[in-house]
Amino acid sequence: MAEARKPRSASGSLMTHVDLTRLPFVRSMLVARGPQLAVQLAAVAGLLLVIASGLLGTPVGSRNPATVLVWIAWWAALMIVAVPFFGRLWCGVCPLPLPGEWLQRGALLRPRGRGRGLGLPWPRRLRGLWVQNAAFVIVALFSLPVLTQPRLTALLLAGLVLVAIAVSLVFERRSFCRYLCPVGGFIGLYAQAAPLEVRVRDPRVCADHTTKTCYTGSADGYGCPWQVFPATLTSNVSCGVCLECLRTCPLDNVAIRLRPMGADLRPSAPVRIDEAFKSLVLIGSALVYAIVLLGPSSALRAAAAAVGSPSWLVYAAGFLLVTVVLVPGLFLAATSLGRSAARRRLSANEGLRRFAPALVPLGLAAWAAFSLGFVLTNVSYILPVLSDPIGLGWDLLGTTSMPWTPVGGTLASWALVAIVLAGLAWSSRHIRAVAENLTGGVRMAMPVWGFSFLVTAGLLWVFVA
Amino acid sequence: MGLRRLSSEHLARIALALVALVVPLAVSVAWWGANRSTLAVTIHGRVSEAGGWLPDTLAASVGSPLQLRLVSDDVVHGFAVGRSDADPLDLPPGQVVETTLTFDQPGTYTFYCTRWCGPNHWRMRGVIVVSGGSPAVAEVVDPLYESLGIDIDALHPASAIPRVRPSAERGESLGVEFPEGFRSRSDFIARPPAETWQSLRLDSSTRGLSDSQVWDLVAYQWRSTTTDGALQEGQSLFAQNCAACHGESGGGDGAIADAISAAAPTHLAGNEPPSPADFTDPSTMLGASSALLQGKILRGGMGTGMPYWGPILTDAQLWSLADYLWTFQFGETS
Repeated sequence: MAEARKPRSASGSLMTHVDLTRLPFVRSMLVARGPQLAVQLAAVAGLLLVIASGLLGTPVGSRNPATVLVWIAWWAALMIVAVPFFGRLWCGVCPLPLPGEWLQRGALLRPRGRGRGLGLPWPRRLRGLWVQNAAFVIVALFSLPVLTQPRLTALLLAGLVLVAIAVSLVFERRSFCRYLCPVGGFIGLYAQAAPLEVRVRDPRVCADHTTKTCYTGSADGYGCPWQVFPATLTSNVSCGVCLECLRTCPLDNVAIRLRPMGADLRPSAPVRIDEAFKSLVLIGSALVYAIVLLGPSSALRAAAAAVGSPSWLVYAAGFLLVTVVLVPGLFLAATSLGRSAARRRLSANEGLRRFAPALVPLGLAAWAAFSLGFVLTNVSYILPVLSDPIGLGWDLLGTTSMPWTPVGGTLASWALVAIVLAGLAWSSRHIRAVAENLTGGVRMAMPVWGFSFLVTAGLLWVFVA
Repeated sequence: MGLRRLSSEHLARIALALVALVVPLAVSVAWWGANRSTLAVTIHGRVSEAGGWLPDTLAASVGSPLQLRLVSDDVVHGFAVGRSDADPLDLPPGQVVETTLTFDQPGTYTFYCTRWCGPNHWRMRGVIVVSGGSPAVAEVVDPLYESLGIDIDALHPASAIPRVRPSAERGESLGVEFPEGFRSRSDFIARPPAETWQSLRLDSSTRGLSDSQVWDLVAYQWRSTTTDGALQEGQSLFAQNCAACHGESGGGDGAIADAISAAAPTHLAGNEPPSPADFTDPSTMLGASSALLQGKILRGGMGTGMPYWGPILTDAQLWSLADYLWTFQFGETS
């Protein structure tokens, strides 16, 4: 039977956790490697299908599995379902790092002696999210051609697999996922909102455990591939839900638990500056993406697609200006104003690091709403592609000739609005909690609320107008 | 050796090997089978700037079915074979459309795009060289404009233009009998309307008629030498093939007229950009004969961007189209 308990959160509110690993069947399914490997192999098969059909199939984006299954089906599933409700669970079966990881380990299942990689530590200077932030922005700049051109999608995915292999053979564990993957930082940030977590049951047990097999590895499993000591886990940001600690802990002290959404977001805990910056870059990117992909300007879309042209250079400069300068600058101004208004002695850096996590709900809502809008517009491309996956004229499901039909209509627009407003409400509540924690009160919260309203207004303008 | 002696790691590796081999292999074999099949030829359609039809030259034999798998790689294209009465096929992007062609005569057939896919849409053409069988012994006939000695590249200003838009109905109601040399269809198509007007104006049969009434007679001459069916066919062909440049109302202001001017070859720099002909302008239109118009359609306008339609349209269609163009001068305005 699952254990339900009511611990007290850092903010003092009561919350309920349900330990799924107390269910014997669930635990045995998670500890056994077979089920996870089966899903991983299915994901690898999907990746290979996508790369092969991206390279060989039709160059028409709306008819090729590479673009349709990745950027419509997978992206929507990730942003609307996987990340908000399961956090980093996708990272546990993501096919991109698997070839590298298998080569590094020299095994697909349990450890088999020493692996094949050099196992060097990731350079200290490149730790943190800065490289990942840069990788995300670079991929984002080229995203429109990648979204629409199957070959580019296939090359991007194949390239990421090759980079992951190279990194895995040189550096230790999953350095690629932790420090490089353009999507990894994104998923990690918003996984904090998810109602699922991997945590130790009692940190004192870990402290007394001398061999720390969850980090060093054992015959039953690998030391944490994400380079995290589970006993110190306080957020989902860096936990890849790979389940290794569940396998290596001899003391049954690791649990996978359901929890209230957003439990990682604690008003009293500042995040690192790179994590704060990630939060701001992502919220700015959501805004730009929504305007470009769902907005009314076809000229803007054309500029974003024409990589290398003068109009694209203007678009790229605008994208960087909004995501790297304008949004972070406005947020910095808002937090500074809040500090002044509340007459609190707090550094600009500290202000950013304290308030940035409050944007996670709004950012997640923005991405989920944008992704929902995008998938509702384009969902009808999925069935024709499944019916003729390589674009050879097959009609496996009888849906090859199904016409493009956007679904949802006005109702969809209001659903997007509701999601964004829910995100705003959640963020606003958290902003208030942070301001209270800093004894700044409403005066301190006001400018940050203003920033959130501004971002929300921008999103609503796109979704409704 | 039984499965029991294989470790789970070995089984996992076998499963991975199967996935890693089977998926790419299956995709490659399917792709190769479809594109290298000897049973059917796959033709990819792309806008002219990206290559047009690939391949654009096909070979076939008389009487042998030619199976085609047509697929557009970018926008909606259409596929049709010139001088045939088969309906054109629409090619939605990325979707394979299959068709089978059988030729009963040897020769070179033109296939072409029937959808306005871009400024150079008309260049999206290819040929099917059909061999075998007994060549049809066809009488070689020069185009009419050549036998009449018309220089279709020369300017053709009208020597006279009407003050009021001529009306065939009014012309018919005058009850005037056309003099000899103005009654037959060949009389109409060989001579520009402005010349016809001048000749009729001097003829005794039009004594007592105003200049405008004589123009009405010219309009009636056109209408009495064509048919409703020909005009309907001409209208349909015009909408399908000509309106994008020349405009639905014939004013030379079609949706892609500007794009054509912008895409003018650089060797024309310094010259006036080739703009589509304005069929509503009497000062040029009434100086052209039907034979000249039909010749322009047949051969195209050298260096002007006007496509040649000779391999595409049948003789009857060419003349229907030429007949229809006069509606922009003589047709009833709504």
